[in-house]
Amino acid sequence: MFDWIQHFADWLIYGIAGIAQGTHLGDALNFFVYDTLKILVLLLLITFLMGIVNAYFPIDRIRNFLSRNKLYGGEYLIASTFGAATPFCSCSSVPLFIGFVKGGIPLGVTFAFLITSPLVNEVAVAIFLGMFGLKTTVIYVVSGILLGMVSGFILSRMNLEPLLTEWVRKIQANAEHEREVFELEKKTFFQRVPGIWNEAFGIVKSVFVYVIIGIGIGAAMHGYVPEGFFETYIGKDTWYAVPLAVLLGVPMYANAAGIVPVIQVFVAKGIPVGTSLAFMMAVVGLSIPEATLLKKVMTGKLIAIFFGVVTACIILSGYIFNVIL
Amino acid sequence: MRSIKILGTGCAKCKQVEAIVRSTVAEMGIDATVEKVEDIEKIMAYDVMVTPVLVIDEVVKIKGRVPSGTEIKALLA
Repeated sequence: MFDWIQHFADWLIYGIAGIAQGTHLGDALNFFVYDTLKILVLLLLITFLMGIVNAYFPIDRIRNFLSRNKLYGGEYLIASTFGAATPFCSCSSVPLFIGFVKGGIPLGVTFAFLITSPLVNEVAVAIFLGMFGLKTTVIYVVSGILLGMVSGFILSRMNLEPLLTEWVRKIQANAEHEREVFELEKKTFFQRVPGIWNEAFGIVKSVFVYVIIGIGIGAAMHGYVPEGFFETYIGKDTWYAVPLAVLLGVPMYANAAGIVPVIQVFVAKGIPVGTSLAFMMAVVGLSIPEATLLKKVMTGKLIAIFFGVVTACIILSGYIFNVIL
Repeated sequence: MRSIKILGTGCAKCKQVEAIVRSTVAEMGIDATVEKVEDIEKIMAYDVMVTPVLVIDEVVKIKGRVPSGTEIKALLA
């Protein structure tokens, strides 16, 4: 599928620029051009597809479905999966949270949605696919969904409702289970395509600088960090490597677009996949900016519990990956 | 006098909507107030779950995406 990009990179670097194949510079530049273009194509494709999903995504229907039916635990799977499928921007997480609470959906299920939503998103998936291939991407997506389910379930057992801020508790007390107001925009698919395309293009444009920076850092590390360098310090046998990586990652916030290329170098240079994925999840899923947003709806104590449980689950999943991968 | 509100907690998309709305209103030369609502409690009063949201005369018109100038013109006409 990407042969033509490789041909283009060969033609550009070895032919037009005249840098010989086999030299360090030539190969590094060729790799950079190939990787950047491949990810650009994947990003455009996937954000466009997700844009179509987003345009038709019946979030109100999902909410009603979750609040009306007794699903015996299946609601965690549904909420978490939809968290992964919905490409909402991070500032929508608070309105979504309130919307779920308003619909009378249990807090644990709402958390499952909230956790998976930033963890698995179209930008991360596109870049993952480009850099790690299908298998690792599937593992990442599935584990992101599982992580949301498990954390949401644990949180639901902790009786956290009293720790919501007061106005949210009021909303919860007046939760309405039946709401049938769908106001759908009346436009045909083809009328919508230009708008969806423009939006996808806008997303790619806004994250692409991070991708370039990420690939740049990655390329530099490829060249200058010796093979197996990290392994000496944080190999599979270092028991504290996973918690350390996660605790470093939690306060940090980086766009998924920028972090994946760096993670790829970590893996290439000998850091176990589980430790690297756990680090990435911590960076993307939890952050100080997110905590500030949530301050509107949760007390500090609840935010601390929320972050604590999710952090613990990420650490656990890091260990599990290191064992099974 | 039309009332236009943009609901959003201040992300990039919400700012885009505000800019497009303001320039469209100026271009059309209509009498309208443009207000950016950033307070989440006020936003939730409109019962929306995604931002940004475009509210015209207290009716939610567009949610979760950035509309084009022509679309806004059609809504205001």
